[in-house]
Amino acid sequence: MSTETQKIEELANQEYKYGFYTDIETDSAPPGLNEDIIRLISGKKKEPEFMLKWRLKAYKHWLTMKEPTWANVHYGPIDYQSIVYYSAPKRKEDGPQSLDEVDPQLLETYKKLGIPLEEQELLAGVAVDAVFDSVSVATTFKEKLGELGIIFCPFSEAVQDHPDLVKKYLGSVVPHTDNFFASLNSAVFSDGSFVYIPEGVRCPMELSTYFRINAKNTGQFERTLIIADKGSYVSYLEGCTAPMRDENQLHAAVVELIALDDAQIKYSTIQNWYPGDEEGKGGIYNFVTKRGKCLGRNSKISWTQVETGAAITWKYPGVLLIGDNSIGEFYSVALTKNWQQADTGTKMIHIGKNTRSNVVSKGISAGHGQNTYRGLIRISKSATGARNYTQCDSMLLGDQCGAHTFPYIEIKNSTAQMEHEASTSKVGEDQIFYCQSRGLSAEDAVSMIVNGFCKKVFKELPMEFAVEAQKLLSVNLEGSVG
Amino acid sequence: MLEIKNLHVKADGKEILRGIDLKVNAGEVHSIMGPNGSGKSTLAQVIAGRESYEITDGEVIYQGKDLLEMAPEDRARQGIFLAFQYPVEIPGVSNTYFLKAALNALRKERGEEEVDAMDFLALIKEKMKLLGMDETLISRPVNEGFSGGEKKRNEIFQMVVLEPKLAILDETDSGLDIDALKIVAAGVNSLRSPERSFIVVTHYQRMLNYIVPDAVHVLYEGRIVKSGGKELALELEEKGYTWLEDKTAAAVNS
Repeated sequence: MSTETQKIEELANQEYKYGFYTDIETDSAPPGLNEDIIRLISGKKKEPEFMLKWRLKAYKHWLTMKEPTWANVHYGPIDYQSIVYYSAPKRKEDGPQSLDEVDPQLLETYKKLGIPLEEQELLAGVAVDAVFDSVSVATTFKEKLGELGIIFCPFSEAVQDHPDLVKKYLGSVVPHTDNFFASLNSAVFSDGSFVYIPEGVRCPMELSTYFRINAKNTGQFERTLIIADKGSYVSYLEGCTAPMRDENQLHAAVVELIALDDAQIKYSTIQNWYPGDEEGKGGIYNFVTKRGKCLGRNSKISWTQVETGAAITWKYPGVLLIGDNSIGEFYSVALTKNWQQADTGTKMIHIGKNTRSNVVSKGISAGHGQNTYRGLIRISKSATGARNYTQCDSMLLGDQCGAHTFPYIEIKNSTAQMEHEASTSKVGEDQIFYCQSRGLSAEDAVSMIVNGFCKKVFKELPMEFAVEAQKLLSVNLEGSVG
Repeated sequence: MLEIKNLHVKADGKEILRGIDLKVNAGEVHSIMGPNGSGKSTLAQVIAGRESYEITDGEVIYQGKDLLEMAPEDRARQGIFLAFQYPVEIPGVSNTYFLKAALNALRKERGEEEVDAMDFLALIKEKMKLLGMDETLISRPVNEGFSGGEKKRNEIFQMVVLEPKLAILDETDSGLDIDALKIVAAGVNSLRSPERSFIVVTHYQRMLNYIVPDAVHVLYEGRIVKSGGKELALELEEKGYTWLEDKTAAAVNS
């Protein structure tokens, strides 16, 4: 082949490359939501018929619903017709070209959190040209997991490769009619994660590193489905401590967990979305539906969350305790500062015999932050011998913030044992002065006191995550003491 | 070491200290005695830097510096230590972690390296032995669930680890039985040196049998009404504070 032909071929390839990108670009749907948009999303993903039907069903139901207003949060109206529900991945050229172009404040935070450079670039959305190690790392993980029969892949891939599992379990915990945001998600969800752990398999690693590396384009409407078959175990970590850049204001994710007989799922979240500026402008609305189903006997589902970001958080990870002797747990730290608002808690629905639930919630409010715990414990008629322990503590920093508690308890079986403890404390001048008189700065004192307050929750996080969470809390608390 | 001149302090608009003069030289132990509400604890807290008090007049010089200008943590880093009358609980923060952070803050100020975990452990083990402390106390959260006596002992434990230049003991003896009192006193005496000073605030002479002071001052209604040697404590013990009341009343009337 002559050099000339080679050149031509190279050029041709380039053209193709660009053409390909351009093609996708023009594929973005116009703003707004209607049946055609949903058909477009489903079509783009080459989904089987059942998925399209399901999405359309959800959409039709959503049209009959009203946005809920019962939560103790306040925000302006959301225009659902101005949102773009399908757009191709952004071109690299549109993002910052190097870290030099990224907001220095963001970089400062990354530095404080000790995030490696490559990851900083990824998080800040810098165009990374080289396909760096992560891909091969991810592949290695995938191979290792594959040997054990574990499926861990993007949701869209699962729809293609494992349609039976998806069909069987999708919407089985959070139905398409569940609530306004869940229905919207069901109609338009972009992608997410799918996990299946086969019978008797203990997942040998925290499903985290992999996720972190692959979470480049976490969409606005994520959908996660995790199934733990009989006697299996999995620990799943979602999110990371680094504040992520995101242009979308509304986030409405859905997570469904299913645990069969003797299975155990541990789901940990660190949420640090953009909370808006100091005046309360901007920031992500995080309206999430997360629910687990302890379907099998002796199964266990634990939710642990550290919520420090987002302008508004609306989130109640719950567990349906159907199998006898099943256990549901919820451990939560929610920090609101500046003008952040969080309405979060859990729902523990006891249906099987001797089911147990454990709830520990720690809310911290600073600045003008408003923090609400909302929790439902329901003991059904069938749930003989059910037990619940709830501890819900609030801590206030300053006198402009608020803490609110709305515990709902419904008991239909007289054998139930319930314990509820609640406390509200102010980080006292006494405590801060005590620390200062030992040589610690007021800021370090507050960070230490708050981390101590949250210890019971941090202890539930996988080791690495716990250290990150502590650091994150300290960084977020900076400037909270006047 | 420390010189207080004409110190006037208000709390919630009420004058608590009404012109205190006190000079403590390096190596000396001064005891401040007086009835409830005479301003003893206020004086201790003001020296440590409590911000809820309003200083209306006077000055406090510590090692040649204006102490009142310094933040509480800076005072600590410069060697001031207050053993609290009512030590505060910090749930979820272990004693070890807390004390290590404190020690490192002090070391940093002195330009020393952070203490490494093994050395620190060895250090606290030795000091715990000195104070006859239960080893489990150290891994428990700061003062949480401690008995009154354990809290006081923990204060002295912190003191012997941090090795301050000026230690103020605010009624450390109250609520201690005689054995605990002896142990606390042993802790204090182990630190006594020509470079280190103590201000021992107490109601009772009892403690001064074990920590023998160089000077005793009687605080009454916000003023030091009498100063003397260690015999003064005995005299007070015998005659009670009403004796002073009569004296002050006489002084005011004359």
